[in-house]
Amino acid sequence: MSEPLVKVRNLKIGATVYPPGEKPHDIEIVHGVDFDLQPGKVLGLIGESGAGKSTIGLASMAYGRGGVKITGGEVWINGRDVLKSKLRDVRRLRGAEVTYVSQSAAASFNPAKKIMEQVIEAAVEQGKFSKKDAEARARTLFAKLGLPDPDNIGERYPHQVSGGQLQRCMTALALCPEPDLVVFDEPTTALDVTTQIEVLMAIKEAIRDTGVAALYITHDLAVVAQVSDDIMVLRHGNTVEYGSVDQIINNPQEDYTKALVSVRSIHHEEKAPTSEPVLSVRNITARYKGTNFDVLHNVNVDLHPGQTLAVVGESGSGKSTLARVITGLLPPRDGEIEFAGRKLSADLAGRSQEDLRELQMIYQMADVAMNPRQTVGTIIGRPLEFYFGMRGAEKRKRILELLDEIELGESFIDRYPAELSGGQKQRVCIARALAAKPKMIICDEVTSALDPLVADGILKLLLELQKIENVAYLFITHDLATVRAISDNIAVMYQGKVQRYGGKTEVLSPPFDDYTDLLLSSVPEMRLGWLEEVIANRKMESAGN
Amino acid sequence: MKNIPISAMIGLFFTALYFLMAIFAPLLAPYGMAEVVGDVWEPRSAEHLLGTDNIGRDLLSRMIYGGRTTIFIATAATILSFVTGSVLGFFAAVAGGWVDQLLSRFVDLIMSIPTLIFALVVLSVMPVTVPVLIIVMGLLDATRVYRLARAVAVDIEVMDYVEAARLRGEKIKWIIFREILPNALSPLVAEMGLRFIFMVLFVSTLSFLGLGVQPPEADWGGIVKENKDGIVYGIPAALLPAFAIATLAISVNLVADWVLNRTTSLKGGRG
Repeated sequence: MSEPLVKVRNLKIGATVYPPGEKPHDIEIVHGVDFDLQPGKVLGLIGESGAGKSTIGLASMAYGRGGVKITGGEVWINGRDVLKSKLRDVRRLRGAEVTYVSQSAAASFNPAKKIMEQVIEAAVEQGKFSKKDAEARARTLFAKLGLPDPDNIGERYPHQVSGGQLQRCMTALALCPEPDLVVFDEPTTALDVTTQIEVLMAIKEAIRDTGVAALYITHDLAVVAQVSDDIMVLRHGNTVEYGSVDQIINNPQEDYTKALVSVRSIHHEEKAPTSEPVLSVRNITARYKGTNFDVLHNVNVDLHPGQTLAVVGESGSGKSTLARVITGLLPPRDGEIEFAGRKLSADLAGRSQEDLRELQMIYQMADVAMNPRQTVGTIIGRPLEFYFGMRGAEKRKRILELLDEIELGESFIDRYPAELSGGQKQRVCIARALAAKPKMIICDEVTSALDPLVADGILKLLLELQKIENVAYLFITHDLATVRAISDNIAVMYQGKVQRYGGKTEVLSPPFDDYTDLLLSSVPEMRLGWLEEVIANRKMESAGN
Repeated sequence: MKNIPISAMIGLFFTALYFLMAIFAPLLAPYGMAEVVGDVWEPRSAEHLLGTDNIGRDLLSRMIYGGRTTIFIATAATILSFVTGSVLGFFAAVAGGWVDQLLSRFVDLIMSIPTLIFALVVLSVMPVTVPVLIIVMGLLDATRVYRLARAVAVDIEVMDYVEAARLRGEKIKWIIFREILPNALSPLVAEMGLRFIFMVLFVSTLSFLGLGVQPPEADWGGIVKENKDGIVYGIPAALLPAFAIATLAISVNLVADWVLNRTTSLKGGRG
């Protein structure tokens, strides 16, 4: 084997933390990581949030973000240890030999400059190309990445292209200076699932055609399996497992890797609809104030007691708007909602306390769904006090029961949300909803902000609680794996309309309409060669393209 | 309380000093507040540490009593302005719609008239007593607090936890006092430090112009007014209140800065 392009040895990264009430002190966040990367190869770095994967990616450009310091080890790029190089040499390295693609292209492009200016900036600045040559190269890259009208797209401003296109522009930006190494930091995470695979394909082809080496950072093992040659699994700043894609996916050695590969192991049998639905949405049409187009068109769905209706769709499909209409936050223009046998007032103010109690909601971002100044006890206790007039010991007893149901201990009662992990926060939100003894809970993307293993735990908990409390869930998500795991009925939404609706097996069995097919086929599968197969068989382009 | 930076320590020390002096004024002052004990503008001496004023009263005693009046009026007016301003501001943010429009436009209207002129007009038709002073100053300043409180509350109001409270059916009182107030406290407390100093300056200005604290009561603005003619003869009596106001302003601001820093740290001030 030839000398590797990138050689990382015993890389240690630290940071200073400022815990409230304590003296600031240093902690180590990456504890000695080693890897090699051959020219033209792709290494996938995978792990949960906090695993140190982005930090390692940036360290390969000799950069530590926001107070992060590289405390030890070596990073050799093209035979030079960049950690020991002078700042001037490092600056020559960045944007020329090593480039970076960040998670949110929308936040990374300067909205006031044309795309072309930004794409060629590094290449021209570093003296790699003249302005004219760089522009020509950028156009070739635009074409290679499958962007529409590659000759002129550079003349647009960032807001004039879609999210998926912008992410590809950023890939062009990174490839423009002909680097030896590109660091991709979650490049498709912020995209819709149908857009994701096109961007993924474009990135994969561009890597192959330009012969560049890449570090591909993501939390999604199925995604990384499509683009990488090797995979490194990280956890808490340590290497868990490091091997070829084939070995990691098909023959994982470590328990943690096995858990990642087999995630979403939940099996849930579809239940037949019982007699009377708890919620009936009839012909709902809605639009937001001050706009002149309908976000929802004539939506009809039913939800039966103790069952789960999954509402699936991409961003902009109207699924969250549907939740707002049901909760009364957005009165519809037309149509009505029947809940527990009575007609619900369109407006929140017109609903009785009983209506409010029986219809609860769990939010996507547990962080902002809980008042940071209230303890867990107050958060869970308030519905008890508010709806049932519980006080003192009786209330405390019930809070402890609820904490027990969500598998958290008694000690949590006096904690503040900031002292909880992401999964624990979401559990507290579930307990708050359950405290009201609802007939139905709207779950708005409740697992999408969580790491896969944690999300799995939350879904299991929700199913468990459904059995005990016989509560119905309206489950809003863009993630089909989640849908498969928990739903009884499915409504596929597309551009404000219900595209396909019925029992789980029926909706997920062919023949499909074009959109459902696109959506279903876009969910990354954890096997090699899946990406190429899907692209070859597609019937329809995604809306975000 | 271990990690107080040195600047905040200094601020805390002097702020505490001024407040203690105000509280224990009768014990600390060597002479009576309006007692004529010497000649006009006597220089410093063992009997009169800061000399005497334009009619022969002990300047140190007047400074201490004056500080008491000034600080009391400023504190009371600040509290009044914060209570009215923030409650109305939160209410406008939570209620929204025409309530918000009505309140905000009314506040704009008041703010469009220069505060000092407004106060002078009002005080020239009202009897100038301490309670009236406090109310006029407090209410005029409440417009500023209203703007801040409303801006802060509008941001908090869109958080999911406030929406959750609304969906639960909570009344506006709970939303304002239990959901919004605890989260709006840190910017408000920091602003309070600044506002307090503006109040000190405001009451001093009014007294200097003769529409504030009335003689023979002492206050810092009044002392400047009484002794301003002495400056021509090289008598520093008028500069002492200025010095007191400046040091109080700086020390209160040092404390306010520290509070602001502490509560807007990376952790989002949840410490």
